[in-house]
Amino acid sequence: MSGLLVTRLNVSHGAIHALHDISFSVEPGQLAAVIGSNGAGKTTLLRTLSGLKSATSGTAQWNEREMLGVKPEDLVRRGISHVSEGKSVIPELTVKENLVLGGIWRADRADTAKAIEEVVELFPRLGERMSQSADTLSGGERQMLAIGRALVSRPKLLLLDEPSLGLAPLVIEQIFQTIDQLRHKLGLTVVLVEQNAMSALEIADIGIIINLGSVVASGKASELINDPALRAAYLGY
Amino acid sequence: MQKVIETLLIGLSTGSIYALMSLALVLVWRSTRVINFAQAGQAMFATYIGFEISSRSGLFWLGLLFAIVGGALIGAGVDYFFMRVLFKHANSGPAAVVAPVIATLGLLGIIRSFVGLTWGGEFKSIEAPASTDGYTIGDTTIPFSPLNALIIVTVSIILIALAILFQRTNLGLALRASAYAPEIAQLAGIRTARTRTIGWAIAGGVGGVAGMLVTSYNFLTPYSLDLLLVFGFIAAVIGGLESMVGAVIGALVLGIGLTFILNYVGTSLVFIGGFSVLLLVLLLKPDGIMAKGKGRRA
Repeated sequence: MSGLLVTRLNVSHGAIHALHDISFSVEPGQLAAVIGSNGAGKTTLLRTLSGLKSATSGTAQWNEREMLGVKPEDLVRRGISHVSEGKSVIPELTVKENLVLGGIWRADRADTAKAIEEVVELFPRLGERMSQSADTLSGGERQMLAIGRALVSRPKLLLLDEPSLGLAPLVIEQIFQTIDQLRHKLGLTVVLVEQNAMSALEIADIGIIINLGSVVASGKASELINDPALRAAYLGY
Repeated sequence: MQKVIETLLIGLSTGSIYALMSLALVLVWRSTRVINFAQAGQAMFATYIGFEISSRSGLFWLGLLFAIVGGALIGAGVDYFFMRVLFKHANSGPAAVVAPVIATLGLLGIIRSFVGLTWGGEFKSIEAPASTDGYTIGDTTIPFSPLNALIIVTVSIILIALAILFQRTNLGLALRASAYAPEIAQLAGIRTARTRTIGWAIAGGVGGVAGMLVTSYNFLTPYSLDLLLVFGFIAAVIGGLESMVGAVIGALVLGIGLTFILNYVGTSLVFIGGFSVLLLVLLLKPDGIMAKGKGRRA
C-alpha cells in the first residue's frame, strides 16, 4: 500500500527491548497520533522511522519503499522529515539560517526560497526575527521554527515528536491547530507522537496507543477518545 | 614608546600565525570533539611539501599553495581513514573519550617518522617571500620587517576568506550546523560525515599555511612546529575551544603577551608565561574569554 506501513518492528537499546512487534499503517494524508506515557517507546519509534536508530527486526515502508537501514539524510530526500523532541532548532544559528538549513540539500534554490517565504507567511512572528539568533525565541516560536524548517524540505511524511513539550496550554492549542491546518493544506501524512493524548487525538484520524513498547490499542481517533477503559488506563483523563 | 609599538607589531605577526594553528584545532574540536595533536604533524608534513615545491621552483607562493592543498588532503585523509574507523570501533565507555586523543598522538609520531625517513632530520629552510630586515624609520631600524607585515596581511586574507565561507555560504552553514547539532543537521539532510571530513580538510589547509609562514623565518625539521601546536592550543583554550573568533582573539592576545615577555623580561620566561596564561584561563574562565557566562554547550 502507499502511505506508511510498519510491520512487526522490534528495536532494542542494548539489552533493553524497547519496541516489541509494533505494527500499524497510516494512509496518505492521514494524521496518526501515537500516544503513550513517558518511556513507552514513542520517541524510539520515531527515531527508528527517521533512520537515527536501527531496528533489530521488522519492516517500515513509505510508499512501498523500505525505510529501515536508510540514513536520515537520505530519508529527507525521499520526503520524510523528522522534527525531533525538544524544539529541534540550532540556537547558535539565526532564525533564517535554521530555515535555510531545511532546504540545504535541495538543488532547487528558487523553490527553497519560496518554501521559506511560505513558512514566514504561516508564522509571521518568525519573519520578524529572521536575523536574530534562534536562542532568543520563546518555546512556542522555537517549535514553529522547528516545524518550519521541516516544511522547507517540502516533506510528504512529517514525523513530529512531542511538539507540545514544555509549552503553555494556550501555545499548545495554537501549535496543534497549525499542524491540523498544515496537513490539510499540504496533503501531508503525519505521525504525531504525544503525551498530551486529548489534544493529539482531537486532530488525528487514527490513534495508536503504546505502552511498555507494545501497541495496546489502535483505531479511529474518535473512537479511542470515547473508550472509557482506554481513557482510564492510558489516556489519563 | 617606540619599543612598545614594535613589540605590539611583532606580537601581532607572531599571534596571527598562532591564530591559524588555533583555528585549525578549534575547527576539528567543534566538529569531532577531538583535540588533534596530530595537527602539528599534519602541518609539518604539508610544510615539507611546500618546502619541496618552493625550493624547486623558487616560488614561495606556489609552495604555499601546495602546502594548503597538501595540508587539506592530509587532513581529510586523517579523518576519513583514521577517525571514522576509530569512532566506529571505540564508540562507548572510557575508550571513546581517550582513544581519539591517543590516536592523534600516535599519528603525530607516525607522520614525524615518515617525514624523517623521506626528507631526513636535518634543518631545511624556505626562502622568505619578503625581506626579514627591519624597516628603517629615520636613522633607527626596528625589528618589524616586511616579512612580518606580509605575514599579517596573508593571515588577514585567510581569516576573511574563512569568515565568508562560514557565514555566507551553504557549505559554511552545513559546517556550523554539523558542529553545533549533528543530529539536527542530519535530519535536515546534511551528509554530516562528509561535512566533517571537509572541516578536517579546511583545518589541514589552514595548518599548512601556519607551517609555511613559521618556516619563512625559522628552520624546518620534523619537530619544528611542535611549539606552534602548543601555543595554538593555549590560544584555542583562551578562546574557549568552541569559538573561531575566540581562537583568533586568544591567539593575538597570546602572541602579543609573549612578545612583551620576550622583549622586556627575557626568553627564559616565555614558556612559563604561556603556560601561566593557560592555567589562569582554566582556573578563572574555563569556558574561555568568549563565554557569555552560561557555560560551554555540551
